[in-house]
Amino acid sequence: MNKLLSSQKFKRASIQIVFLVSLVFIIVSLIVVGQKNIAAQGIATGFGFLERTTGWPISFSVIEVTARSTYARVLFAGLLNTMLVGFLTLFFATVLGLILALLRVSSNTLMNIVGTTYVEIFRNVPVILQVFFWYALLTHLPSPKQAYDLGGVAFLSNRGLMMPAPTLSATDLWVLIGTLTAIGFGLFYAKQNGGAKRRWLIAIAAFFAVFLVLLLTGREPDQSLISIPELKGLRFVGGITLKPEFSALLIGLVLFGAAYIGEIIRGGLLSVERGKLEAGSALGLSGFQINRYVRIPLAFRAMLPSLANQYVWLMKGTTVGIAIGYPDYFAVVSTSINQSGQTMELLALLMGGFIVVNYSLGFVMNKINDRIKLKGRS
Amino acid sequence: MAASLTAPAAATGPVVWLRKHFFSTWYDAVFSILFSMLIAWMVNKLLGWAVFDAIWRVENRELCTHDAGACWAVIEDRGRLILFGLYPYEEQWRSTLACLAVIVTMVLSCLPKFWSIRRLPILWIAGFGIFVLLMRGGFAGMPLVRSEQWGGLSLTIFIFAAVFVIGMPLAVIFALARRSTLPVIAKVSGLFIDLVRSLPLLTLLFAAAVVVPLLVPEAIQGTKLGRVVVAFALFFAVYQAEIIRAGLQSTSQGQEEAAVALGMPYWSLVVDILLPQAFRNTLPSTINQAVITFKETSVVTIIGFFEVMASGNAAIGTGEWGNQYIEVYVFLAFIYFIFVFGLSRYGAWLEKRMRLGHV
Repeated sequence: MNKLLSSQKFKRASIQIVFLVSLVFIIVSLIVVGQKNIAAQGIATGFGFLERTTGWPISFSVIEVTARSTYARVLFAGLLNTMLVGFLTLFFATVLGLILALLRVSSNTLMNIVGTTYVEIFRNVPVILQVFFWYALLTHLPSPKQAYDLGGVAFLSNRGLMMPAPTLSATDLWVLIGTLTAIGFGLFYAKQNGGAKRRWLIAIAAFFAVFLVLLLTGREPDQSLISIPELKGLRFVGGITLKPEFSALLIGLVLFGAAYIGEIIRGGLLSVERGKLEAGSALGLSGFQINRYVRIPLAFRAMLPSLANQYVWLMKGTTVGIAIGYPDYFAVVSTSINQSGQTMELLALLMGGFIVVNYSLGFVMNKINDRIKLKGRS
Repeated sequence: MAASLTAPAAATGPVVWLRKHFFSTWYDAVFSILFSMLIAWMVNKLLGWAVFDAIWRVENRELCTHDAGACWAVIEDRGRLILFGLYPYEEQWRSTLACLAVIVTMVLSCLPKFWSIRRLPILWIAGFGIFVLLMRGGFAGMPLVRSEQWGGLSLTIFIFAAVFVIGMPLAVIFALARRSTLPVIAKVSGLFIDLVRSLPLLTLLFAAAVVVPLLVPEAIQGTKLGRVVVAFALFFAVYQAEIIRAGLQSTSQGQEEAAVALGMPYWSLVVDILLPQAFRNTLPSTINQAVITFKETSVVTIIGFFEVMASGNAAIGTGEWGNQYIEVYVFLAFIYFIFVFGLSRYGAWLEKRMRLGHV
């Protein structure tokens, strides 16, 4: 008996069993207490509420949502809002970050100063403060009657930026998104099989062809091709409006994210050893060729893991939108919890939604990383 | 026989320097001129707004118009609200002292003298304890101030310090658990860490504030602030755990085996051999994590706490100073900037020092 108690194997097994049992105990007791408390409030459990109508509208969405929409639809609209702002942030922050990185690695001292000052200011101030700042700035603009006129077609006021837009219906937009996806797959396939030479040109032409067909066929006969915003009474009608909530969140996240992404790209560029660049010039490559075939490919490999982390971080950062009233996924879920009381189910949906989005983003970045990783070394 | 050449004269002097840094090619020259104009214009505008045309005193507040410079009078009028929140006016010296105690703790823990696995926890618990005692009061003639009345910068610093003090030991536990040789413990903690890492901080804080009361018996619920701080600490801990794990992996396997061969108990192995090296090797990443955590304390404003971001919003929430939002936000940004820039410069200095092999 003593021998059994002192044996390593027995000790290890018992520690793990105790750990598992207490874990299960904690989870079960949480569920039991939760069920009891929720039942005491007279709320039915389960996901049946998703079919009910919400009774409240949301201020901004890509798909049509009214107070009569179901919870499922409103939640989906929130998720789309998060992804919209998230992916636009990733795109613009990467572009701006690249510019910042180039400023900071250049040999020109003045460009270094500008890049460094930008990065230090925007990286060291919380993103939520920046979002509040841009929101205050945008909502303190003049009212639509005194709106800034940008060339007679676009107007900037405290209701947002009104811009001309092609007259497309919601279905047309979905068709366009579908076309883009198809073209993306087509390009990927063409690359795999060493396909057509001018595939980018063909892809762009195909997209514009679909766009034109939709524009010419989709509208009512008397509508104009492009709708331009016009002041009617106290507000603008027509065109497309970028609401201040959306713009402020996007600007704040982009400016903040760009400072981080710029540093990641700079780190990647600096990580390429001098010897490799010198080897390139010894082989007679030109300055452009060294950048194109030696520096950028190597730098891209070095920066990709940190870039993936930063992308996931920015995706999660979109949740600060609730502070200024942008109806992202988190904001919609939190209103739903207030209104319906289905706390547990909605919390599970909230966390599930973010886990799915972030895991797929991480998955894609990992795939890219595996694909381009230098082979032969671990 | 080839004639030996003299080495080329080293090109120095102001002209060479100027040419190298500003005019090395024609497009470099164009950029230099454009950027110098841009910098001059911005510095001129900024100095004019923030210093020369600014209105500093509340007496002159009628001068604060749209065309005038910065109206710093709002900071004179509302500065105390921003820094102390709703903390009782006569007791605000306590809040100041408490913040100083935490700042001194932070500065002291930056000194290599305190970098020992026994000294640092004592220092932090002492600093944090002084903070809480001073803020709460209720002894030695200091009236009791409940945590609901804490606000402004002191609440921000409290959240930061509490997250650090609670989160650090948790992070060590998570990191050790994930590296454990017991498969069940390693798997479960790995799953937990990855799960929490993929969630936004705000969802965790929200769950702690709103959902936990539904799931936990009333006796162990604690205050809302307490729950939120614990959730925040959990979030910090999973990130910090990954940093510590990287540090643990960077210590050589041989040391661990040698310790086991000498019959060292597990805790002595961890405390005396593994952790000191793990922390030392990952100090720059740890400081980076502290920087991120300090900035993210501002998120708690969304779930209704009156920290410095919220008190800043309150300062411009009334009609009286409603138009001075830029000044207040710049002031807030400046406060954050001092802390965060200081910390990150220190991190950069440490990194340089480590590269030279001094740590």
